[in-house]
Formats: sequence, C-alpha cells, structure tokens
Amino acid sequence: MTAISSPESRAASAVSKSVPRRRIRADLRSERRAGWTMAAPAVLLLLAFLIIPVILGFVLSFTNARLISPEPTSFTGLDNFVRAFTADPTFFRSLLNTFAFAAVVVPVQAGFGLVLAILVNQRMRGAVAFRVIFFIPVVTSIVVVSILWKFMYQPDGLINSFLDAITFGAWHGTAWLNNPSTALTAIIVLSIWQAVGFHMLIWLSGLQTIPGELYEAARIDGAGPWRQFRDVTWPCLRPTRVFVLITITIAALGLFVQIDVMTQGGPVDSTSTLVYHAVRMGYRQQQIGYGSALSLVFFVLVLIVALVQRFLTREKD
Amino acid sequence: MAEHALRRRRRLWIYLAMAGLAVFFLFPLVFMFVSSLKPDGQILSDVGGWRAFLPVGDISLRNYSGVFDRVPVGRFLLNSVFVTAVVVGAGLVVNSMAGFALSRLRWTGRGVVLSIIIATLIVPFETIAVPMVYWVSQLPTLVFQNGIVQYDFGWLDSYEVQIVPFIANGFSVFLFAQYFSTIPTAIDEAARIDGAGWFTIYRKIAVPLSGPAFATVAILTFLPAWNQYLWPSMVVQDENLRPVMVGMQYFFQDNTAWGEIMAYTSMITLPVLVVFLAFQRAFVSSVAASGVKG
Repeated sequence: MTAISSPESRAASAVSKSVPRRRIRADLRSERRAGWTMAAPAVLLLLAFLIIPVILGFVLSFTNARLISPEPTSFTGLDNFVRAFTADPTFFRSLLNTFAFAAVVVPVQAGFGLVLAILVNQRMRGAVAFRVIFFIPVVTSIVVVSILWKFMYQPDGLINSFLDAITFGAWHGTAWLNNPSTALTAIIVLSIWQAVGFHMLIWLSGLQTIPGELYEAARIDGAGPWRQFRDVTWPCLRPTRVFVLITITIAALGLFVQIDVMTQGGPVDSTSTLVYHAVRMGYRQQQIGYGSALSLVFFVLVLIVALVQRFLTREKD
Repeated sequence: MAEHALRRRRRLWIYLAMAGLAVFFLFPLVFMFVSSLKPDGQILSDVGGWRAFLPVGDISLRNYSGVFDRVPVGRFLLNSVFVTAVVVGAGLVVNSMAGFALSRLRWTGRGVVLSIIIATLIVPFETIAVPMVYWVSQLPTLVFQNGIVQYDFGWLDSYEVQIVPFIANGFSVFLFAQYFSTIPTAIDEAARIDGAGWFTIYRKIAVPLSGPAFATVAILTFLPAWNQYLWPSMVVQDENLRPVMVGMQYFFQDNTAWGEIMAYTSMITLPVLVVFLAFQRAFVSSVAASGVKG
C-alpha cells in the first residue's frame, strides 16, 4: 500500500499543495498505530482466552495432566485416545447418546421451526404476538427450563397427570427421567421446546427475503399452497437451511446443561453425552489430560460439521 | 365467493394451530409462576387438573421469603447483575473498537487478524472449558493482603474469572465491523482534514451512527452472560461470588422443596422476560442479524 493510493493522504494534499511528504507518511503511521491500538484489547483477550486454551487443550490431550497432582505432568502419546475408544464404555455410550440426540433434534427442530415461521409469516392480525410467545422459551435460561421440566416429569408430576387425563386413566405414569428407555427422549422434548423459537426467527428472516413476485407468478401459473412451497419457498431457503441445520447440529453435539441439571448422565449412562463426560472426567475427577482429549474429540466433530457447511455453501456459487 | 369462504376457513385453522402452539410454549412457564405461589402440598394435589395453572387456593409469597431464608439470593442476583453488566459493557467497547480498526483502518496484519477472528467463531466454549480451568488456575494475579500487594497464581474463585474471558467475542467484532463498513469513509476523511485523531473519529462519528449495532451486540451477549452455568459451576466455589444459575444447586442438597424452587426460578426468569417483552422488536432483529453468518 503506497502513500499515493491512500485516500487520506490524497485528500490532505488536495487541501494544501505544500504538505510535505513527511506529513503524509506520519499520517499513515498514525493510522497504522491507531489500528493496532484499537484492535489490541480484543485480539489479546481472544488470544488469552480462546486461542491459547485451544492449543493448550490440544497439548494436554497427549498428557496425563491433573488439576492437583503430586507427580509432574508427562507426555503419554495417544494413551488418552486409546483409553477412550477401547477401555471406557461410558465414553462410547456418551458418543452414541450424543449422536442419537442430534439425529432426532436436528431434523425435528429444524422442521418444527420452519412450520412456526410459516405460520407467523401469514399476513394476519396477532401474528406478531404469536411470534413473541413462541420465542419466550428461548429467553428463559436452559437451567431454569431443565429444572422446571424435571419437576413436570416426576412420576406424580404434571406430564403424567396430563397423559392420565387425556387417556381417561389408561395411562399409568412412568418416571420419565429414571427410566433408561425414556430419559433421553424426555430430554429431547424439552430441548426442542426451549430452542425452536430461535430457529423460527432465522427461518422467518429467510422467508422475508423471498420476493413476493415469485409467489404471484406461481399463483398465476395455477400453483396451490403446496406447489408454491415446494417450487418457490424451499429452493429460495437454501442458504438459510444450511445455516439452521449447521447451528442446530453444533448445539446438539454440545448437549450439557440439561444432562447436568436433570440426570447427571444416568440412569445407567443412558443420558451421558460427550461434553458431559468430558466435564465429568476432566473437571469433577480432575483428570484434565483425559478430559481435554474428550473435548478434542468433540472439537473434531464440530470441525467436520463446519467443513460440511463450507462445502455446501461453496457449491451454490 | 366460495374462494372467500375457503380463505376464511383456512385462516381459522391457522389461528387454531397457533393458539394450540401458544399453549404448548406457555404452559410450563405459567405452571412455574403459579406454583411459586402455592404451598408444596397444594402444588401436588392441583397437578391433576386446571387448578395447576390457576393461582387459586392458599396463595401467598411464602415460598419467596423461604428462598431468601434458605440461600443468599440477593447476593447471587447482585453477582449476576454485576458480571453481566461488565461483560456486556466492556464487550461493547472492546469489540466495537476492534470492529472499527478492522473495517476502517489500514494496518499491517489486518487481514490475518480478521481471518483469525472469523476462525474463532467455530470454537464452541464447551470444547475449551476443561483446558480453560487448568489455564486460569495458572494465571498470575495480584492479591491485596494486610495492606501489601502480593503476587499469586490462580484466578479461581473471583469475579475476573467470570468476566474477563467473555469480554472479547469474535462474533461481536464481526457484527461491528460489518456495520461500520456501511458508513461512508468520506466522513472519516473530512474529520481527518479537520485534524481529528482516529480515536475521536471512532468515538464522535462511528459510535453515534451505530446505535442498532450496539443494541444487537448488547442483546446477543446479555443472554449468555446472565445464563452462565457450566463455567461458574467449575471455577467459583465461593458462595459470595456465585451467580444465580449456580446458586440453584443449594435447593437440591437436602429435601427438595419444589415451591421454593419454583419461586427461585420465577425470580431469576422474570427480569429477563420483562426486558424481552419491553424490547421485543430489538430482540427479534438481533436474532435475525445473527443469521447472517450463513
């Protein structure tokens, strides 16, 4: 970047022909200095609390580091990963649970969010109020939501008595969270309930970018609501769709709070997840090295998802 | 005429669907607020019918005073308000300055810094939480003891450990940079000719013109800061420093008093709900803005 191409220095020399070169160079130098100074706080903080921890996590994955330990930390190669994949059945179960959770939540939450978005996008009175109502769970803390649903899932709780009422007593309640075959499903329901409003809004902003003329043209060609959705809405939502699916996938793979508050991974590991297990080993049992290795596995999954996103969004150009 | 009737019927169905969904999204919260006003015994006996959602029977604020007796909830609320305010406030300053530098100033390394900041967006906090505990336990800190400043290690059990790591945020920087780049650079040039420094241009020109960007970033950083759970539950053991979400653990230690728990959860949910309903429009456009990443 030369002094000539700088708009500032050009402007400066236009004002006064006698501005010396020195002045121009000083101006550029002050711009450079200002740039560095103003970016510095954010850059240093990100370096200290994001980039270094990422690198540190990578390094610790190959050690036996503990939070408080009499013996010094030493390099153990791939031991942590070998242990995870061969000698830790809870890790394997956690991985499966995490995938099962994501496999249900991603399509259901994305689809449900789209249905909500289409409903509140109708030009009718009260649509805004419904949009606000559907979004309320999103601003409610997931900790609060988890406790509330834990209460409702009690054997003598709201969910069971509701099911009892609508089936006229044919339903005999189950202890949703204490039953290994229902616990994860119960958590899936409240997770979708809490988060779907967020993705409704993302879909909605996608829907509102579709030009109205496209629908008009489709109507003139005799397309009904379903044809309009299939041939106009769906193709136009492609970028939104990629974004929604990717963000839900990454969030679903990181499932933690609901587990920690509601089940602590139980019963018999049926709700243990990757992040929950990493925190349990790395923090509660103070095996920082092993916990970091498990976090790295999670990170690799997220990276794969991000790469898929890049691939999908590149394709359209 | 027939088409008109058809459309009216369709409209009716849509209203019915939306009303049903509204019930689905609201019933747990209504149940929470209503139960917080009832004694434990009545909560359980009301659960079988409509009374579960109606503030009837033995209604009082006794659960709320019970919460205050059982846990230092005032202290928890104060801690959360303080941590959230500093994270959001300092974040607005730090991230907007970086966004300004990255979008309007030319300096060596700008391209590299920008791409690193974009790259940080894909790192979920959960992936670095465990190594971060190790990392902050090694960081140097200054301790004031008996009037002398001492040098010590470890950030555990402090406000800074809850605040400092969350001030800088790659996505906030990105949103600011994007917004600032829509302001014409001719304004900067004119101000430069008038002898204004870059910091003055940022403060007197860029900031006042970027209200919507500040609102968006404030909203998007407010919720996660208020809702922090994983991190403080790992690094803050001191009761005097705990935020509201972690303070909840006290209720599950001995016998579970659901009425008081509902009172506590209502108390920490209500402020956020009020803020949301008051600034509903800004929340909605902030979330929409967070979709631009795609």
